[in-house]
Amino acid sequence: MTGLERFQEAFLKPELIARYWPDILSGVAVTLQIAVAVVITGLALGLVLAVIRSYRSRLANAPIIVFVDVFRALPPLVAILIVYFGLPSLGINISGFAVLWLVLSLVLAAFAEEIFWSGIVSVRKGQWEAARSTGLSHWQTMTSVILPQAIRICVPPLTNRTIAVTKNTALGTVIGVGEIMNEGTSAMSLSGNATPLMMAAVAYILIFVPVVVLGSWIERRFAWKRA
Amino acid sequence: MSALLDVRGLRKSFGTTEILRGIDFSVAARELVFIIGPSGSGKSTMLRCCNRLEEPTAGQVVVDGVDLMARGSDMNAMRRQFGMVFQAFNLYPHMTALGNVTLALRKVLGKSRDEAEAIGLAALDRVGLKEKAPSYPSELSGGQQQRVAIARALALEPKIMLFDEPTSALDPELVGAVLGVMRDLKASGMTMVVVSHEMRFARDAADRIVFMADGQILEQGTPAEIFGNPQHPRTRDFVGELSR
Repeated sequence: MTGLERFQEAFLKPELIARYWPDILSGVAVTLQIAVAVVITGLALGLVLAVIRSYRSRLANAPIIVFVDVFRALPPLVAILIVYFGLPSLGINISGFAVLWLVLSLVLAAFAEEIFWSGIVSVRKGQWEAARSTGLSHWQTMTSVILPQAIRICVPPLTNRTIAVTKNTALGTVIGVGEIMNEGTSAMSLSGNATPLMMAAVAYILIFVPVVVLGSWIERRFAWKRA
Repeated sequence: MSALLDVRGLRKSFGTTEILRGIDFSVAARELVFIIGPSGSGKSTMLRCCNRLEEPTAGQVVVDGVDLMARGSDMNAMRRQFGMVFQAFNLYPHMTALGNVTLALRKVLGKSRDEAEAIGLAALDRVGLKEKAPSYPSELSGGQQQRVAIARALALEPKIMLFDEPTSALDPELVGAVLGVMRDLKASGMTMVVVSHEMRFARDAADRIVFMADGQILEQGTPAEIFGNPQHPRTRDFVGELSR
């Protein structure tokens, strides 16, 4: 057996690919659903928190800062396990899918809030003053003047962080969510071969490379003419 | 003559530092008042307290008989009575010149896009930049940006225009066009309060000069009085320094 054949036998066995691709594909469907849901709720919540923070009310800011710091510090796996195994003891039963979505949304929201906030404060104070002096409210200034400039600055770090957090959907495997990684490891145990894991790896790449491309497209889209 | 803008007992502190130490000051309709004084004397802070971009620590600001410091007054509506022009222009970089001028017309006054654009183009025409309507701020010179900023303020038909060192960030050759626009405004009867170091312009165009130092108004009078025959020693020093 040549080296290439040995490699193929271990990682890309054709009959295993043929047998397990439907499982991996169903994992892809689940991963995509969670990822899209996490991106939408995570980024939206992060933006809402950053905008609330811009009103600089001490009452609202203290809990936001605590939330952000806790969820940035906590390994997502720890939070997932606590929520998944803790909530039933409180009489609340939610599916592994929902736990994964909830926890990853909160993690992404925590990071996104910090990124949006740094974008908001990086817009020069004069922009606020110009807008407020023409009678725009705080909210109108935020939506028409500040955020369009802030978000443009935020796109690259947001893209990175979004990908990093959504990749954690693979943690669903420890709470029985049928996402890619779970399907891949089950198939690996059954077949005793790493081919299903390679299929999972390829699936992740196929999902996340377009996200990177989308990120740089948005970056260009949000750019405006500069001297 | 009754005052259009009346400031009484205005005080402003940042922490323990008192920047404005009791300012009494009024401006009549159609008057151009120039505020001069050494840097750090509180000129800009005073201007910014007028439309409460800076919150005064104490005092009264009355515009056309309405007290801006009264509780429950609509701050956003109050601010619109003033047009403000900044040293750094502060145009919105993600909008065209016309977009800059029409934003508040649409968002604050609720004008339709067509209406706002007609008013916006007229305002840009007033500062001689109608043809720059589709340009972004980064495509304009500093002087043009400042004129767009003036148009942005004018479009809202303010009662009073506040200028905070409008030419200080400009290259010398660009100053003339901005001062020209201010002269036209004065001729059209606009009430203006100007903080600036353009003393020649002050001499030519101002109705009254106010000299400030250390957070107080030390002296005020016509340009001839202030430049020709200053009474207060600090004014004499300041004016003397300028004419050297």
